[in-house]
Amino acid sequence: MAQVSMTVNGTPVSGEVEGRTLLSTFLRDTLELTGTHVGCDTGQCGACTIHVNGASVKSCNMFALEADGAAVTTIEGMANADGSLGTIQQAFQDHHGLQCGFCTPGMVMTAAALLEENPKPTEAEIRSYLSGNLCRCTGYHNIVKAILAASGQEVAKEFAA
Amino acid sequence: MPADGGIGAPNKRREDVRFLTGKGRYTDDINMRGQAYVWFLRSNVAHGRITSIDTAAAAAMPGVIRVFTGADFEGVGSIPCGWQVTDRHGEPMQEPAHPVLAQGKVRHVGDPIAAVVAETAEQARDAVEAIEVEIEELPAVVDMKAALEEGAPKVHDDLTSNLCYDWGFVEENREAVNKAFDEAAHVTTLELRNQRLVANPMEPRVAIGDYAAHNDESTLYTTSQNPHVIRLLMGAFVLGIPEHKLRVVAPDVGGGFGSKIFHYAEEAFCTFAAKQLKRPVKWTSTRSEAFMTDAHGRDHVTKIELALDKDNNFTALRTETYANMGAYLSTFAPSVPTWLHGTLMAGNYRTPLIYVNVKAVFTNTVPVDAYRGAGRPEATYQLERVIDKAARELGVDPIALRRQNFVTEFPYATPVAVEYDTGDYVATMDKLEEIADLAGFEKRLEESKASGKLRGLGVNCYIEACGIAPSHLVGQLGARAGLYESATVRVNATGGLVVMTGSHSHGQGHETAFPQVVAEMIGIDPNMIEIVHGDTANTPMGMGTYGSRSLAVGGSAIVRATEKIIAKARKIAAHLMEASEGDIELKDGQFTVAGTDKSVAWGDVTLAAYVPHNYPLEDIEPGLEETAFYDPNNFTYPAGAYACEVEVDPETGKVTIERFAAADDFGNIVNPMIVSGQVHGGLGQGIGQALLEQAVYDENGQLLTGSYMDYAMPRADDVPFYAIDHSCATPCTHNPLGVKGCGEAGAIGSPPAVVNAVVDALQRAGRNVTHIDMPLSPSRVWEAMNQ
Repeated sequence: MAQVSMTVNGTPVSGEVEGRTLLSTFLRDTLELTGTHVGCDTGQCGACTIHVNGASVKSCNMFALEADGAAVTTIEGMANADGSLGTIQQAFQDHHGLQCGFCTPGMVMTAAALLEENPKPTEAEIRSYLSGNLCRCTGYHNIVKAILAASGQEVAKEFAA
Repeated sequence: MPADGGIGAPNKRREDVRFLTGKGRYTDDINMRGQAYVWFLRSNVAHGRITSIDTAAAAAMPGVIRVFTGADFEGVGSIPCGWQVTDRHGEPMQEPAHPVLAQGKVRHVGDPIAAVVAETAEQARDAVEAIEVEIEELPAVVDMKAALEEGAPKVHDDLTSNLCYDWGFVEENREAVNKAFDEAAHVTTLELRNQRLVANPMEPRVAIGDYAAHNDESTLYTTSQNPHVIRLLMGAFVLGIPEHKLRVVAPDVGGGFGSKIFHYAEEAFCTFAAKQLKRPVKWTSTRSEAFMTDAHGRDHVTKIELALDKDNNFTALRTETYANMGAYLSTFAPSVPTWLHGTLMAGNYRTPLIYVNVKAVFTNTVPVDAYRGAGRPEATYQLERVIDKAARELGVDPIALRRQNFVTEFPYATPVAVEYDTGDYVATMDKLEEIADLAGFEKRLEESKASGKLRGLGVNCYIEACGIAPSHLVGQLGARAGLYESATVRVNATGGLVVMTGSHSHGQGHETAFPQVVAEMIGIDPNMIEIVHGDTANTPMGMGTYGSRSLAVGGSAIVRATEKIIAKARKIAAHLMEASEGDIELKDGQFTVAGTDKSVAWGDVTLAAYVPHNYPLEDIEPGLEETAFYDPNNFTYPAGAYACEVEVDPETGKVTIERFAAADDFGNIVNPMIVSGQVHGGLGQGIGQALLEQAVYDENGQLLTGSYMDYAMPRADDVPFYAIDHSCATPCTHNPLGVKGCGEAGAIGSPPAVVNAVVDALQRAGRNVTHIDMPLSPSRVWEAMNQ
């Protein structure tokens, strides 16, 4: 076992981990930040997406020890300071961009990374950027809409249903 | 937050706030004091005899609490099947035992052989590696037709063959159907496969068993769509725990699509082991385990024939289907290719004579059971494909051929035992032509040509039977359960309500939609109403959520319970206002005496019910809480028309979905935002089936698509924005809300539209292609184009 320390959502944290402990496991089991979900074991589904030092990362593809000293943001750190939903979160609710909610934390974290890189993405750019995040409920329609809306863009009226 | 609306309002979902902030409470988020972890040793061969298991080394590993094998489960019951199908000859289906841990034989890759319970999941996993198991590998059967051949390896030694049942429907029509084919002016024949799929809810399954010694009560936390069903099946048939000593909790569940209906071995294991070890025992499936243990879907091989007269009227339909059951009978597996499939073969059409034959087959593969649509997608796909093929053979417009044969008068009794109460297939087709802009197709075709692409248009209709199901009917058909739904409405003294429902939400938004119904009836803010579901300890016995039944059946139970509440509240209001009960009116949460200015508020009445100082105690009891069980007297029949436009790249065979439109009739709608989301999701899965997904076994029964590296899930860039409409509403006539259900429509209706479109594109380009089996991968399309 080894000691690991990092900042998560602005709070310094530390814990004991094995060399093989995944960052996702450390977040969920040690820190009890269960908003980060694990939906696969091959780095494909993206439900565990978080930000490490500002970059979008699949936390199941990183050992906890690799994040030693890093600044980590998870879904629990995405609301506004007053506790209200952040812009992307609010857009997901407004546009029904989630159903079962399991992929949602990863979708929100990926959307945030996209809008940081590309504040006004096209529909095609959004779809391409989301290709590492699987959703089985929404058919992606309302997720794409929510991200367009979060970036301040209009959704074509014929697809507004 | 402004007050939300009642029935028909697109209220935003209240559950979203917790999901969007990481505060959902899924089963894997639950950790109990003293919790141990289990890891399963699973068969890596498809068929074999276990000759020895040595667990000594594993038991000595660090942190190991106990190693379990099949021997520990002798005397424990078999995982039961909930539906018994009777075959063509009046004989019951063959029904094999399904042990919790393998007894003597393994029958599919992933079959659990042994289990290690340890202090940590990693220790359990390490110790599983140390179990010494010897398996004498036996020849496996994977292909259904091969499995039925004389001398084929038998999946179950104690059964007479690999045939589960040979079902005919309607058996009495068999000869008349054959005669109609002899007399037909034209017969179109199509052989196709509805490929094996994996449901793949994003949350893998989880089970936590807990045992309280002080009251001898077991609790199972599980990722289930129907906790009461699990309690009944596991308690009564597997573990022998009476229902009052067993609680099943399904908290937030991350999608199901059918795969979380069924009772699984891991649930029974964790409940059993927790009692043995007097510690909570937790299992979290990996995605790799999910691929080889979650019940798969579809997997039908069908020959369908359509007979037409000289005027292109459908005169008869005949099908022969092989349906894969896998290695064991999952909970509802036998019903899927029979009563959820044969009964839908009339589709939207007036075909007078229909005969369906289904041979259900055991193979050395994961059990197959209901997946979104369950039987109805298989029926729709073959019917809408054969109609399309017939239109092309006859040189008539596929839409016109459909319109000509539509059922137009309701109620309509089909020749396959169901009666459609309402519908308007002409209206949905008209609406489809509008929203899909079919008039603009020719122009888009030219644009595609100009860019070197082959464009095609595919259209189809669908009908489904939802609102599952009338208990008296399904009992006759072999169901070993009733299919009613329940609700308890508890009104608190200060006027707020708690609705405890037997339905279960795993993404459907019940916490938002159900309050809209109650709010509408009473005339109060829906935010005064809380929904409780998913826990057998605090909800009435209910059958759960699947088959697009929650609003049609569960919502109806809520209506009935709320009617009882209102009836009692009127008596209280009449007493408080010293008026006759018959003169009391309820509007906007106010009780008034008709024709007067006397009124009492909802809260005055609810307070009186619990503080009965001025109260008609001689007539009614204090309190305001009512329960209702609702058993539907028919299925509901959502229907619609779908259109898909594709482009095929002639160089690579790659298909892209350019446009997709869906016009649905769901009857009345409670929350149109949620309904749209359900359609979108179904379309995503249907397009996934048409273009991408397939579970593949090799001839030895090895699962080749065991992860997301190999099983192609639809991604955001595989699908377009969908144009959808559900304004063509013919309300259901037999439930109080007039609703039909919308959860499965998209998955049922979309695969034939995609395949019809690709065939259309290739034929327009002069290729003699009449059919390509799904998924329409680039290689398959390219091969078909270049054969």
